[in-house]
Formats: sequence, C-alpha cells, structure tokens
Amino acid sequence: MTSVIEHPAPAPPPGAPKAPARTSPPASRAAPRRHFLLLGAGLATIAVILPLVFLLVQAFGVGWSTLDPLLFRSLTAQLLWNTVSLAVVVMLICAVIGTVTAWFVERTQIPGRKIWAVLVVIPLGIPDFVTSFGWRAIFPSFGGFWAAVLVMSVAVYPLVYLPVAASLRNADPAQEEVARSLGLGRMKTFWRVTVGQARLAILGGAVLVGLVVLAEFGAFEILGFRTLTTEIYTEFNVGFSTSAGCAFSLILVVLGVALLAGESAVRGGGRGARIGPGVARQLRPLPLGRARVAVLGGVALLVGLALGVPVGAVIYLMVSGGGSTLPPASLIGAAGNTFLYSAGAGLLATVAALPIALLSVRHPRREVRLLERSNMLILGVPGLVIALAFTFFTEHYLAGFLYQTPALLVITYAVMFFPLAVVSVRAAVARSPIGLEEVGHSLGVPRHKVFWRVTLPLITPGLAAAFCLVFLESATELTATLVLHPTNVQTLATQFWSYQSEFSYSQAAPYAGVLMLIAAVPSYVLGRWFDRLPARSAVAQAPGPAPGTMVVL
Amino acid sequence: MKRTPAVMVSLASVLAAALMAVGGGATPASASSTSITLYSGQHVQTTQALVAAFEKKTGITVSARYDDEDTFVDQIQTEGKNSPADVFFTENSPPLEELASKGLLSSVAPSTLANTPAKYDATDGKWVGVSARVSVIVYNTSLVKASQLPTSAMQLADPKWKGKIALAGAETDFQPIVTSVARTYGDAAALTWLNALKANAGSHIYPDNETIADEVNRGQVALGIVNQYYWYRERSEVGASNMHSKIAYFAPHDVGYVLDVSGAGILKSSTHQAADQKFLAFITSKQGQEIIGHSQSWEYPIASGVTRTGETPFAQLQPNSITIAQLGTGAEAIKLLQEAQLL
Repeated sequence: MTSVIEHPAPAPPPGAPKAPARTSPPASRAAPRRHFLLLGAGLATIAVILPLVFLLVQAFGVGWSTLDPLLFRSLTAQLLWNTVSLAVVVMLICAVIGTVTAWFVERTQIPGRKIWAVLVVIPLGIPDFVTSFGWRAIFPSFGGFWAAVLVMSVAVYPLVYLPVAASLRNADPAQEEVARSLGLGRMKTFWRVTVGQARLAILGGAVLVGLVVLAEFGAFEILGFRTLTTEIYTEFNVGFSTSAGCAFSLILVVLGVALLAGESAVRGGGRGARIGPGVARQLRPLPLGRARVAVLGGVALLVGLALGVPVGAVIYLMVSGGGSTLPPASLIGAAGNTFLYSAGAGLLATVAALPIALLSVRHPRREVRLLERSNMLILGVPGLVIALAFTFFTEHYLAGFLYQTPALLVITYAVMFFPLAVVSVRAAVARSPIGLEEVGHSLGVPRHKVFWRVTLPLITPGLAAAFCLVFLESATELTATLVLHPTNVQTLATQFWSYQSEFSYSQAAPYAGVLMLIAAVPSYVLGRWFDRLPARSAVAQAPGPAPGTMVVL
Repeated sequence: MKRTPAVMVSLASVLAAALMAVGGGATPASASSTSITLYSGQHVQTTQALVAAFEKKTGITVSARYDDEDTFVDQIQTEGKNSPADVFFTENSPPLEELASKGLLSSVAPSTLANTPAKYDATDGKWVGVSARVSVIVYNTSLVKASQLPTSAMQLADPKWKGKIALAGAETDFQPIVTSVARTYGDAAALTWLNALKANAGSHIYPDNETIADEVNRGQVALGIVNQYYWYRERSEVGASNMHSKIAYFAPHDVGYVLDVSGAGILKSSTHQAADQKFLAFITSKQGQEIIGHSQSWEYPIASGVTRTGETPFAQLQPNSITIAQLGTGAEAIKLLQEAQLL
C-alpha cells in the first residue's frame, strides 16, 4: 500500500535539514543494510504467503471437475455481484464520510474538536458482529444490502479518516489560500485543492476498506446478507470440503488483486507529487458560522450511529437481564487473554513490518514493490482459511509444535492483519527525512546506533499506530480464534460467541462491552497521539522533525 | 521527541508482558493423570455437564474445545495424524460418518454400543449414538393458527406460504430432511420442492436453526422447520413469558418428521484409546444418559429406561423410518442444496 503516504510531504519545521529529493542513499553504502532488510522482509512475506499457498494447493487439489460445477453457476454470479457492489458502495461512502469528517475536524472551528478527534476513530475498535447484533436488537428486521452497507460504512470509515486527516494536517495551507485569493469558491477549493491534495490518502484508505469488506463474515452472517465470504464459511461448514471453500476464497483473492491493481492504475505509476519544504506555520481553522449546527449535527449523527447503537444495545441487554443455562465464565480471565494475544500480535506485526517498510521507502525498486504488494492480499483471505493453513503447516511440518498455543495464535493474528502494520510503518518511514540518518553516518556513528537513535525515534508514532490497528483487529477476531486458541483458554470473542449462539444475549452482552472497552483504549491513544501533531499544537516548540513526521496510516 | 523514551518503554513492557503470557499461557494438564481432548460440536451445557460428571467419576481430565461440528471435520482432516483431538462429539451423524468414511475413527467398544439401541449407532460400529432430536414446525401463535399448519413438509412448497416460511439451507439439521425427501420422492422432486421452499422463504433465509426459532418467536416470520429442542432451549433462556411461538409435529411418519442422532467417536490417531473408550462408555451409561435427560439442551437420551422430562415422551414420537445409514454423510443432500443454490 504505497500510495497512502504518497501525498505531499510535511513541511519540516524551521531548522530541520531539507529533505532530499531522492531518498535512496548511495548504493555502496546501502548494500549490507539492504541485504539485511531483504532477509527480514522475505521472512515476513513467507509467513504471509503461506496461507495463500495452502489456498492454491487445496483449491486445485480436488481437480477441476469438482470445482467447475461449484464455481460456474448462477449463485456465484449473484454472490460476486453482492460482494463487488457492496465493496464499491462501502468504499465510496467511506471515502466521502472519512474525507468530509477529516476536513471538518482538521480544518474548521468545530466545537469540541478534541473530543470528536478521538470519538470518530473509536468505531474501528468495535467488533462488527457486535454492531450488527446491536442493530438487530433495535430493529428486528434489519438486514439486506443497505443494512450491510450501513453497518460496514460506520465500522470502517476510520480507515479513510485517519490517512486523510494526516494528509490534511500536513498539506500546505498556502495552496488553498492561493486558490481562494484567485477567486475560486469555497466548495470548488475544497474539491479541487483539498481533495486533490488528499487524493492518494483517500484512495489508499478506500482500498483498505475494500479489502476488509471482502473478508468480512460475522456482520453479514448476522444481517443475512450473502457474500462470497459468507458462502466460503457455508462451504466449510456443510460440505466437509476444505477444497470448495478454498475455491471460493480464490475468487476473493482475485478480487483483491484487481482492487490493488485498480488502485495502482488510478494512482498512476509514479510517486506522488512532492511540494518543496514550505514555511511551517499554524493552520488557521475556518470558522463555521451558521453551518456550525448542521456540521455538529452531522458529526454527532455519525458517532451516534457508529458508537451509540452497539454501546446502547449492549447496555440494554445487560440491564434487561434474563437467565442463562450456561455456566458463568471468567470475564476478567477472558479479557486478559484477549488483551495479551492482541498486544502480542500488534508487536509482532509492527516489528515484522519494519524491514519491508524501510526497504520500500529507502530502496523503492520493482521487486520490492511486488514484495510489499503481495503482503496486502492476505487482508482479503477469510480468517478460517488462514487458521486452517497454519493448522496444516504446524501439524504436517512441525509435528504439531506450536499448534493451538498462544504463540501460533499471536502469529496468525499478526499475519492476518500484517498489511495494516505495513501501511502504518511505511508511512512513518516515508516521512522521516533520510538526511538525518546521513548526518549520523557522516559523524561516524555506527549504522545500528543510527537506527536506534535516529530512525526509530522518528518513526515511533507510526509504530504505535501500527500496533493499535493490529491490536484492534485481533481483539475482535473470531473464526480463526475458534480453530487455534489454546484448549481451555477463552477470549472475549469466543465467550461472546458461546453465549450468543445459545440465545443468552444478556450473558453475551458484558463480553461485548468489555471487548469495546479494551478496543477503545488503543483507539483513544490513536486519536490522541494523532491530535498532538504539530500542525495543531505549537509548532515552534518542536525543534526536530520528529512529531511532524507522524502519519497514522 | 521528548516523549519518545516513554513510548518505547511502554511498548517494550507490553511486549514483555505479552511474551510472558505467550510462554506461560499454555497449561498442559499434569502428566501424572490421564488427560483427553474433546472436540465438541454439541451444546456447551450438555458437554460441560457430562465432562464434569465423568472427571469426578474417573479422575480423567477432559479438555473440551467448542466450534461448529462441520468446521471440526475440516480441522481434524487438516490436522492429520498429529491431531490433538481424542474424542469427537457431534449433534448429528453425518460429520461422524464423514470421518469414518475417511478411516479416521477407531471402533467403539461393543459393550458401549450395547448401551444404546443399535439403530442409533453407526452400522460399522465406528461411533455410538448418544442422544436424539426430532424435526418439528415452530410457528408464531399470532401469525398462524395451529389448525392451519401443514401436516407434511411437502405442503410447505405450496405458494400459499409465500413470504411466511423461514429456511436455513446451510443448517446441518436441515440436510436429513432433504435426504428424507430425496429418498422418498427422488432427486428431481426433491429439487423442485427445495426451489419452491426457497421461493416461499424469499428474504427469510437464515444461517441456522437458532435464528429461525428466534425470528419466528419475534414475529418476523410465521413458521419454520427446526429440531424441537431449539424451541425448548430458547424458552429456557428467555423465559416462558417471552415465548410467542409454539411447536407442532408433522403427521406420523411424514417425510419431514426426521429423527436426528447425536453421537461420539474416537479418533484413530488418539494416544489415549482406553480413556477415550471410558468417556464414550460413560456418556451412554445410565448416569450419563440421565444427565442428558435433565439437561437444559432438551435432547432425548436414547438408552432404554432413561426418560426425558418436560417434553413429549420419546416413546410417543412417530418419526419416519429413514435410517442412520441412509442419512450417510449427507453428500446427496448437499448436492441438491447446491443445485437449488441454497449452498
């Protein structure tokens, strides 16, 4: 996902060295480090590619004669239409909601701006199955295409909001002012200049949204909307055939490839335009005037739909009571497990993303680009397929070593959500001027010390963002968890599933509630850290370029 | 850059905590006592009650995993000879038949097979029947009168039920009914019937029987076919005062009146065969069957002399005569469901 960061570079604060036009260091100096990075990137890619290999072997293992009647029938066409139309509509809606919300929060004097900046990010941490569950609890007949569109849109728009807000924050305000002074209207300025500046961020975010929608299962299952992914689970569930499920998964992978290729085509092959380092200064937020109430109402509506419905439903179900015939399980124990597995996955994915991110920014070659892109595909592969792939490899090649251990569960989460980590870390690396590293080298500081003392501090905010995103997704994962969790160990998601599938809604609710609380923490951190970007807080106090280099995605 | 060290320290401490959890999280049962792993597609209540009583009686520890029984079939086959599973406990016979057909199950001890009627066990003795359920109509009492209910599953194809019936084509419990219809009337008629059902269901196509029972009870749809115990279980959970639905039986021996058997088998790859056999012997023993007879999962115990309280006595049920062997792995039903584009 190279595009996300390829919007104009931030303006380094006064005193910072000017970012060089080209980011590649001289080849001779880079060689050893490049090999080291290639090794790291290769290892991570192998782990991520393994499930895809499993998918191919399984799908073609049964032979074409079995797959042909299954794949080429009217249902497949229907599912393809459902999936593609849903993905496209949700991508469009998220692009609009994410961009407009980011603009209001970043560029206007919206009342309570700091609170909104956090609240609009939190929906990312709410499990989609809890959101769907909440809507159905309120409107029993809630379902179908538009229900799926609504639930997905309010759940994943932060994937567009975050990079666009970062982009707006870093963009040169002078361009908008020039446009305005030349007589361009406010709407036209927004459309041509602001959206134009954030174009690549919007596109990158929308692609993530598309991939996430492709692989979504829980929400659509509850809403009764059939997509390729729900069909994959059905095939796994009734046919006793891994192959049929894998064959359908293959269609998803092809759709994922098409999405990524489409993004490349729209973006244009080259790197994003870069403006010269302008003069860093505070952006003056626009006064909203009479539009204030309408804007406030709109953002409140969004947060109400995204947060109010699931939170309200959970509280209602907890209060409404009702017994359960299931024995009580430990809420604290499950919460602890969820926290630790998700944190482990967040850290692993973040660390593993570093080599690829460094490589793709510092040594942007064709094969590196391919390596990076191939990692993205995993986001479109259903969790159950990934879980079965790791089952296969540990059981057949490691004699069961790691299988159903916390370590493998953590690795699986890290693989599933690896692209989110890569995107975040890469964005941070791209924003850290290589000039600073070169200064370190020229002063005779050893390479590894430069990394620890210069590079790492520069990209820390990006690492934190990567950690938070992977943490959020891992905490709410269910299908792979059911296959791979250590026996006798429960997580919040597995407990919620147990109770919910036994009609024990009031017992299921606290698990959903704690899950949302746990997920709200990284979302809050994400929102707050992001809010401390220098464009808003005092620019002058930051002597180095560090905080200014932060881009969440 | 000032807060960077704090960020790094906090990240590192989270890493340390997570790694400790990762290292110490797995707590294998003590090596001194025997421990077996149970993959259960059965309901949690029944399984936990049986496991607790078994552990108390024998001292053998049972670690249970829960998931969809069909996912377990994929999982067990993917695991291969290193599968951690010792015993597989299901709600329906087809998953066990599927594993048996792949040669993955050991033979059950004859004394255990003798605990329950032979017609509810695998014909080749690879798994033992444990409990039973029967398919019924669940209907919303304010949307449809008892006197108007169909008496045969075939009548549900009548256009007069358009928009009124719920259907869960992907539900494992539905396959035996499809098999039954195909056995009685032939594949072509079964497909026509399925297509009519699908048309009548319209937008009321749900993922499983739990959803059907719930949607009917909430008045979203008039009626549907489920196994009888879903209704009882929902009543247990939400309370009798919140029930707006009832169940009705098909006419005796109707094609839709199918008895489903829940069973258990032992994985050939298990290294605890003796303990596994003890578990199967226990759940089919009088003590095990009585636990099922009183459990909140509302299934029927099938050993003679043990009865279910609180619902129509097992002996009074009049299901059709389709056998376990005829139900098989359900492959025939799945093919028809795929042709009807329900799968």
